[in-house]
Amino acid sequence: MLKKNKIKIKLNGKVISVDKGINLGNLINKLKFPLNKIAIEKNNLIVEKKKIKKIFLKSNDKIEIVHFIGGG
Amino acid sequence: MNKIDIFKISNKKFKSRLIIGTGKYKNFKECAKAVKASGAEIVTVAVRRVNIVDKKKPLLMDYLDPKKITYLPNTAGCFTSSDALRTLRLAREIGGWKLVKLEILGDKKTLLPDMIETLKSTEVLTKEGFKVMVYCNDDPLMAKRLENVGAVAIMPLAAPIGSGLGIQNKLNIKIIKQNIKIPLLIDAGIGQASDATVAMELGCDGVLINTAIAQSKNPIEMAKAMKLAVEAGRKSYLSGRIKKNFFGSASSPKEGII
Repeated sequence: MLKKNKIKIKLNGKVISVDKGINLGNLINKLKFPLNKIAIEKNNLIVEKKKIKKIFLKSNDKIEIVHFIGGG
Repeated sequence: MNKIDIFKISNKKFKSRLIIGTGKYKNFKECAKAVKASGAEIVTVAVRRVNIVDKKKPLLMDYLDPKKITYLPNTAGCFTSSDALRTLRLAREIGGWKLVKLEILGDKKTLLPDMIETLKSTEVLTKEGFKVMVYCNDDPLMAKRLENVGAVAIMPLAAPIGSGLGIQNKLNIKIIKQNIKIPLLIDAGIGQASDATVAMELGCDGVLINTAIAQSKNPIEMAKAMKLAVEAGRKSYLSGRIKKNFFGSASSPKEGII
């Protein structure tokens, strides 16, 4: 059972529960990813990193966070 | 020949003509060491999901400083134009990267490029302000078309990615070189240092190597070998080879023979 003050979102393909009313900036802070090394997508649209604190998450939002890895 | 031989891609100047792929290394430390040994100023990187479970996993950017080395984000693993566009738009968002490597595969077994999707994407990306270096087939007509829609470099395969087979169609590579004005780089299929030299002797402006270094027994030494091979090939090309002859031509003078 999901608590009243929680919502479910999908982060990088994995369902997680987060606080209701959380913004994208809070989520990134919580995950401790350095903002200058990642890019973020919300529901298949790229999010401007400077606006993340103004973007509030809703139930079933799909968030993708990517970074650079080794590749040819 | 004494003046510095500058390699220019989309108005960016480089001294090294060797681009290193950063995949398949044992770890980032080994990768960074190999890049240093190779003298490369550009490295290709892939865009992938961050690991949300193990957040302490090292990051590539901690080992290869993007302020000191040019990152060339790629679209490895993309099979459609929409996937490739999405990947490169995300790469740009990470930190403003505009110089990118477009690679759209058409076949999982051979990893040969899908040139219809590639051509379409090159045009879209160019219109969005990207500077697109394009992984492509060794097809001279397609290379010309890619140049026409705005590619900043043509990067035909020597042989399938990771195959190490060396240059399979030297003639096509030479024709491509004659037909285009933008830089031509061999991307994929290099197996050993001499393959890189041959590529440069054919007139290529550069070579992109990943597997041949990363999967060799000694990646650091192989990186050094590739550096020398590219330099040797370039010098050989610029110096102008002798004409081929069907008969012998003695190197020592006949005069004074005892």
